[in-house]
Amino acid sequence: MKICCLVKEVPDAAVQKRIDPETKRLDRSGENTLNQFDTHGIEAAMQIREGGVVDVEEIVAVTMGPGSAQRALHKAVALGADRSVHLSDDVLAGSDVCATGYALAKVLEGESPDLVLLGQQSDDGECYTIGAVVADHLRMPSLTQVIKMDVADGKLTCERQAEYGYDTVEVRLPAVISVGDAINEPRYPSLKAIMGAKKKPLDTKAAGEVGIESGKVGEAGSRTQVLAINPPPEKEPGEIIEDEDTNETVEKIVAWLEERKLI
Amino acid sequence: MAVTAPTTLPAGNYLDPDSLLNDEERLIRDTVREFVADRILPEVGTWFEEGTLPAGLAGELGALGVLGMHLEGYGCAGTSAVAYGAACMELEAGDSGIRSLVSVQGSLAMFAIHRWGSEEQKQQWLPPMAAGEAIGCFGLTEPDSGSDPGSMRTRARRDGDDWILNGQKMWITNGSLAAVAVVWARTDEGVRGFLVPSGTPGFTTQDIHHKLSLRASVTSELLLEDVRLPASAMLPEATSLRGPLSCLNEARYGIAWGAAGAARACLEAALAYGLEREQFGRPIASFQIQQQKLAEMTLEVSRATLIAHQLGRLKDEGRLRPEQVSLGKLGNVDAALRVARTARQVLGANGITLEYPVIRHMNNLESVVTYEGTADVHALVVGQAVTGIEAFR
Ligand SMILES: Cc1cc2nc3c(=O)[nH]c(=O)nc-3n(C[C@H](O)[C@H](O)[C@H](O)COP(=O)(O)OP(=O)(O)OC[C@H]3O[C@@H](n4cnc5c(N)ncnc54)[C@H](O)[C@@H]3O)c2cc1C
Ligand SMILES: Cc1cc2nc3c(=O)[nH]c(=O)nc-3n(C[C@H](O)[C@H](O)[C@H](O)COP(=O)(O)OP(=O)(O)OC[C@H]3O[C@@H](n4cnc5c(N)ncnc54)[C@H](O)[C@@H]3O)c2cc1C
Repeated sequence: MKICCLVKEVPDAAVQKRIDPETKRLDRSGENTLNQFDTHGIEAAMQIREGGVVDVEEIVAVTMGPGSAQRALHKAVALGADRSVHLSDDVLAGSDVCATGYALAKVLEGESPDLVLLGQQSDDGECYTIGAVVADHLRMPSLTQVIKMDVADGKLTCERQAEYGYDTVEVRLPAVISVGDAINEPRYPSLKAIMGAKKKPLDTKAAGEVGIESGKVGEAGSRTQVLAINPPPEKEPGEIIEDEDTNETVEKIVAWLEERKLI
Repeated sequence: MAVTAPTTLPAGNYLDPDSLLNDEERLIRDTVREFVADRILPEVGTWFEEGTLPAGLAGELGALGVLGMHLEGYGCAGTSAVAYGAACMELEAGDSGIRSLVSVQGSLAMFAIHRWGSEEQKQQWLPPMAAGEAIGCFGLTEPDSGSDPGSMRTRARRDGDDWILNGQKMWITNGSLAAVAVVWARTDEGVRGFLVPSGTPGFTTQDIHHKLSLRASVTSELLLEDVRLPASAMLPEATSLRGPLSCLNEARYGIAWGAAGAARACLEAALAYGLEREQFGRPIASFQIQQQKLAEMTLEVSRATLIAHQLGRLKDEGRLRPEQVSLGKLGNVDAALRVARTARQVLGANGITLEYPVIRHMNNLESVVTYEGTADVHALVVGQAVTGIEAFR
């Protein structure tokens, strides 16, 4: 079995995020790191390998991003991936979700994995959608918010978390699975693995090398366009009721709730 | 009402020393920081109060790969000196006791074997020590021999091919946890090191209790009564005090970084508290006296961190001198103590409880300023380096 894990480089959680008013894109000049949600995908792949039910020959980390995204791949490899693929090309800059998903699918076509794992969301874009787009291009079944996964020959039994409870779904492989962060507790990369990460193979691919049509990616190939960016409206300050006389306080709270028809 | 705006610079990274780390060092630093946040910080106050360490911790540190991380081969990660320093900084931002465990294991016990041991000794001990399956300790200090290790009384004499050890070691970190003790003893051929496995007849340990400092760390006495060891237990390459002193030099290097970490933790605690706590209708951080303290602590932490980085760079270039390490140990531990004491006062009454990290660091640093060469001794080393005059005796 071959597993591909999609991973993304995102701004460090400690960094104040800023949108560049010129390009209307996220300012990525600060410290970046591997998207925390993607570490759950890698951990899930490692647990399948260590579970021993199926033989996992290879775990490959795949990213699309600028040169610095190699750091995310190094961490992915330190966490257990055997090698990594870095799709990097100027024509990809400004790609929207559909274009990003298409480009990643082209890389994955070349890898022909039995299973594609990805995080539920990126910490910066937070679109929650790449999995579905990738699966559509690859014509593979896809599940989101998977929090439990049992693998057997040629199929997966997954539990997915929904608003109303849990679905148990069986899918045949190959499939694209986006995992929820409740699926596992990712391990720490060992320092030895970090030191070894640069020695594991890393292929850098240009768009043309994986058959990406340049008209379908980048700003030109993206059918969505960011017109304007506005901060969310400021929340109105809450009302603080000082507890001087408890009977009065209770009356005030009850009146407040009644006014809003909450009781 | 005080005007509050977003802060422009993080106190703990004010001059951006993080930018001095390469990608690999940064990933190592981030990983250790995460481990400390998840595994150490939530519980270390309790460990300190109870004077215990959880049994599984060494194994966890081994799995993480910090034990002997800067050594090459034998299951060690082989990181740069800067990466090792950055890890010590994060561990001690957690607790000096945890950093001490790692320092003693990696820089004293494992380093002694790696630098001065035979190939068989390395093969036997280093892989399980790197994994945290075997703990090591380092016995140099004695009841009557502290700053002046040349006065040690522990003796080893030859008996046929064997050695017989007699003596007592005091204040030995990890002593009763250790599967192997590196014991330094006087012989007819000068000071030599011996690997004494726990359970060797005549070798016993006794823990030191009633400590008010470094409580999340085991400190013991080692007793050696006619302990018979084969010739293969002696470290073949160390023939004088230079042996143990080389190990101490490694550990002190890590302490210079670690102390900066403890200082940073105190500064960050004081800053957070100062912004949160209101008196006279405004956050105490808005008063000039408190800002003066915060500014001075930020300066101390920045200075200590940059000193540590420079030591690291010199070490990675292979030209770090022990006298330079002395300056770093002296300066950074003193700075950390000043920061801890200042921070403790910013926290008011809360500053004396284990709910906050500050008094724990403050008390721990009283050990750190004493062990691995007291501040006085390092001042004498620096004094000698700049004057050419020895003032020890
Ligand atoms: C401020 C801002 C500006 C933007 N500007 C534009 C714009 O100008 N035009 C436009 O159309 N779109 C724009 N986008 C959207 C942007 O293209 C998407 O963020 C991107 O396509 C990926 O979606 P996501 O990160 O939200 O992925 P999600 O669907 O949230 O991510 C889910 C998972 O997909 C995987 N994944 C996501 N991205 C990658 C990747 N690059 N490589 C490998 N795996 C990945 C990861 O495993 C991740 O956990 C903008 C977004 C923001 C926040
Ligand atoms: C928690 C803890 C853990 C320790 N762990 C270990 C360990 O793992 N292994 C180990 O071998 N040791 C360990 N030690 C011992 C430590 O290294 C010694 O305590 C230290 O070297 C000082 O020795 P001493 O306590 O005997 O003090 P002394 O040497 O008696 O010094 C007492 C005072 O006199 C001063 N002084 C001494 N000589 C001079 C001089 N020439 N000029 C001016 N002033 C002087 C000192 O600065 C100090 O202030 C540990 C100590 C502690 C507290």
